[in-house]
Amino acid sequence: MIALLLRDLRLSVRSGGGFGLGLAFFLLVATLVPFGVGAEAAVLSRIASGILWVGALLACLLSLDRIFALDHEDGSLDLLATAPIPLEGVAAVKAAAHWIVTGLPLTLIAPVLGVLLSLPGAGYAPLVLSLLLGTPALSAIGTFGAALTVGVRRGGLLMSLLVLPLYVPTLIFGAEVARRGAAGLDNSTALLMLGGITAGTMALLPFASAAAIRAGLR
Amino acid sequence: MTGKPDLLSLNALAVARGGVPVLEGVSFNLSAGDLLILRGPNGIGKTTLLRTIAGLQAPLAGRVSCVPEAIAYAAHADGLKSTLTVAENLRFWAAIHGTAGIDAALEGMNLTALAGRMAANLSAGQKRRLGLARLLVTGRPVWALDEPTVSLDRASVALFGRAVAAHLAQGGAAVIATHVDLGLDDAQVLDLAPFRAFSPAEGGRSTAFEGDFGGAFL
Repeated sequence: MIALLLRDLRLSVRSGGGFGLGLAFFLLVATLVPFGVGAEAAVLSRIASGILWVGALLACLLSLDRIFALDHEDGSLDLLATAPIPLEGVAAVKAAAHWIVTGLPLTLIAPVLGVLLSLPGAGYAPLVLSLLLGTPALSAIGTFGAALTVGVRRGGLLMSLLVLPLYVPTLIFGAEVARRGAAGLDNSTALLMLGGITAGTMALLPFASAAAIRAGLR
Repeated sequence: MTGKPDLLSLNALAVARGGVPVLEGVSFNLSAGDLLILRGPNGIGKTTLLRTIAGLQAPLAGRVSCVPEAIAYAAHADGLKSTLTVAENLRFWAAIHGTAGIDAALEGMNLTALAGRMAANLSAGQKRRLGLARLLVTGRPVWALDEPTVSLDRASVALFGRAVAAHLAQGGAAVIATHVDLGLDDAQVLDLAPFRAFSPAEGGRSTAFEGDFGGAFL
């Protein structure tokens, strides 16, 4: 399984691997929003955490269809399905690899973009914490969506439609943690809910993804 | 085929492609050292049968029994990553299958000189040889191969024939769908044409149609 993780990471940093795609998109969103809504610090600081969360979510969505589609096209997925490692493990590793190349860099760059959006000083720690806790759920849910559409040619649209409603709870609680934190309010309830969503999706969705792949390969 | 334990045995197997039964009543046993060549016109269901043997697809009726994790499957797609080198591709599959050392496989398929080359820069025949070298690193006893000699030149077909012979001599077995003479004398040939599934209207056996379709789509 480590070998699969290393292979996926290596593939994503080599040419055409899509590493940086989500990051570039996130950067664009955060740069363009001040132009769109005006550079008024009071307005920006109120919406900053929400904008960053929506941007991170859409950036995650952008690279989801590569998770299984490429392996399906070149036949690797068939071979992985007959390999000694369980498909549940494959799905978990794929989600982990997606998080390392998408969710983790987004989390790390978010404070820098927070400066662009004049995020209040108290908001940085809750923002990073909420993204760190929430983006694994985005990767796990997204892997499930990618697994559901694995046999579908150009299934990106279908996958986005399937995944978006599943992303909503993560977005609500993630943005709430960051917003309440920035406003200096108690955010422990939202934080616990976010943690619960992440723990639940990471534990359960690899099994659902594996079942979806098995059905898709037939 | 007597006296030795079966590595793979098919019992009255019926398979369907896209919900339409294509073959029924296929039975055979393979033990160590056996080679079975599948023949039959295009569309008869050779690929479907091999996918069922590999466990990628559920049979419509009948049973495939084999030692757990015995099958190494190779299909039209080689499962190669074009941005990895030849050696990296092979090393990945060796790691997945928990075997060590790719040198023998590289040498066996005459790829040693190409080890550092990106898979994207290989010719079709060289890619095929790399795909077949993957079989050597799986360490699995039963090979289920679908048209393995496509785009191989005559020398490479002979090379592949020798690799199969060596595999059989080491106590392995192989089911190969091919129309090419591999130069192996002790191969048994199974023509699939008599096992074609007919719809009841054509006077065929109806069991395949009344079988448990629910199970086939689970």
